[in-house]
Amino acid sequence: MKTTETPAPPPAEPGASVSKTRAPAPGPAPHKREGGVLNVFSHGVLIIWAIMVVMPLLWAVMTSFKNDSSIFGSPWALPDRLHFENWARAWTDANMSGYFLNTVLVVGGSLVGTLVLGSMAAYVLARFDFPGNRFIYYLFIGGMSFPIMLALVPLFYVVNNMGLLNTIHGLILVYIAYSLPFTVFFLTAFFRTLPTSVAEAAFVDGASHTRTFFQIMLPMAKPGLISVGIFNFLGQWNQYMLPTVLNTDPDKKVLTQGLVQLAVSQGYKGDWSGLFAGLVMAMLPVLGAYIVFQRQVVQGLTAGALK
Amino acid sequence: MQHGKYRFIVGFLAVPLGLYALFVVWPFIQSIYYSFTDWTGLSPEFKMVGLDNYQRMLHDDIFWKSLQHSLLFALVLPVVTISLALFFAFMINVGGRRRRGGPAIRGVRGSSFYKIVYFFPQVLSIAIVALLFQFAYNPDSGAVNSILRGIGLDHVQPLWLGDPSLALWCVMAVLVWSTVGFFVVLFSAGMASIPAELYEAALIDGASRFTTFFRITLPLLWDTVQSGWVYMGILALGAESFAVVQIMTTGPGGPDYSTTVLVLYVYQKAFRDGQAAYATTIGVALLVVTLAFAAIVMRLGRRERLEF
Repeated sequence: MKTTETPAPPPAEPGASVSKTRAPAPGPAPHKREGGVLNVFSHGVLIIWAIMVVMPLLWAVMTSFKNDSSIFGSPWALPDRLHFENWARAWTDANMSGYFLNTVLVVGGSLVGTLVLGSMAAYVLARFDFPGNRFIYYLFIGGMSFPIMLALVPLFYVVNNMGLLNTIHGLILVYIAYSLPFTVFFLTAFFRTLPTSVAEAAFVDGASHTRTFFQIMLPMAKPGLISVGIFNFLGQWNQYMLPTVLNTDPDKKVLTQGLVQLAVSQGYKGDWSGLFAGLVMAMLPVLGAYIVFQRQVVQGLTAGALK
Repeated sequence: MQHGKYRFIVGFLAVPLGLYALFVVWPFIQSIYYSFTDWTGLSPEFKMVGLDNYQRMLHDDIFWKSLQHSLLFALVLPVVTISLALFFAFMINVGGRRRRGGPAIRGVRGSSFYKIVYFFPQVLSIAIVALLFQFAYNPDSGAVNSILRGIGLDHVQPLWLGDPSLALWCVMAVLVWSTVGFFVVLFSAGMASIPAELYEAALIDGASRFTTFFRITLPLLWDTVQSGWVYMGILALGAESFAVVQIMTTGPGGPDYSTTVLVLYVYQKAFRDGQAAYATTIGVALLVVTLAFAAIVMRLGRRERLEF
């Protein structure tokens, strides 16, 4: 957003101050009526969309507590009692616990790796002049607009040849590589906004470049790291395409794949209530975390697009 | 700042750049190369076949269907999603009742509540959303048809995902559902940075909300709308459409190829049919479509920058 100050159009000045101090005189009647109708209308539309967003989620939660016959018989009826056994079954029999563990390991490793490697590359690209700087920067940025599926065909064989197929650490390395474009893009812009004087002072005092980075610059970049960290966390936690291609071992599956796998196999076993319990189980931690850290999540996810 | 500078630069760039080159850049280059070979992906042997794959692609009906659907995704989804989001964001931020003595422009009551709720789908995995709606669309026991029965429309019981003429729209609706909230929040942030004096001036001059939106809000928000447009188009061509089509539709891509998209077709050719070279050829077509889309939007949307 541009913030260059331009003087407001002349009529605004007196009008604005009047409307703030006293009840404004200029034509209140027509505006008021229009405002009133619009108000009812806008509330109506906004509430309808809010219901459309919440209903499917509530329906899923409700269904996860029902038994199979009532899921099919009357989809919108309340459960006769809370069938907690669905959740237990999903957690143990359907191996949701295993999928959770795999996801936590993969996302934990990738998130730390992405932030460390991404901030190192971004810092160098933002703060140092050297031949090839621009080229490397655009090489990273270019990765944001290319269709990943095109690279996935050869990538499968690259990963396979390195013996990394169907391994947790292989998946971590790939997640990091595909998270770097946005991370570098975002953090480069962020490092450019930080003042140079602090780093220069530290350098004059005899700190090495490496030490300046880890002890001075990284702490200063904390707000940016949090934003981009939330962005990457959600992207990696919800990732579906990369593991579908590179991680087909049933024991190594992550949450999203596991649920899809479960949905396919439930077609034969018919344990729909267990599947819904699994779905809700996967939804709730993210939704809960979002409600708690709402402001940071929204900032993290929209920050990139606003730049 | 010169001391040991190059050693530091190399030391810091080596690992990230190496990882990126190995797992992202190198596969991209390879796949363009493979599109000129007859590589199956199953054996390491292959030979150059020139443009054979591209010729085959031009005569492949399923490729044309996938291309058509992908283009439809890239055109319809951003238009619908962004229009809805702009409308909601304007309502949330500017639609409020004007109070005596209050500011000229204000959000509706509970605006932060709406923003929180609308954003819910954005934090969920598209895979989970797709699974959820697959059940909701189930013709017999799904939530949608059961609502229709509930309001007395017993005879209106579409097959939804099972109906070749409806399936693609069902899939698109899910993507709209899951992305509108993100843009509402994005545009709200943009609208909040528009100075209130501009709205006040417009209202004093007698402008309606409708005029206010098209003359003040939209032009000042244009940069955000444009980058949102490109972002949505890339998602609609790539990862998001892969997940919803692959999870929700029968086949996947069915019924009768009515929902197949380029990104799914690449996946199926490479990992189901063992035709890796041909898959990369379709992938190159997808790359061309994606880059052309981004270039066209940036070009059409170019306007004089408005500073405020």
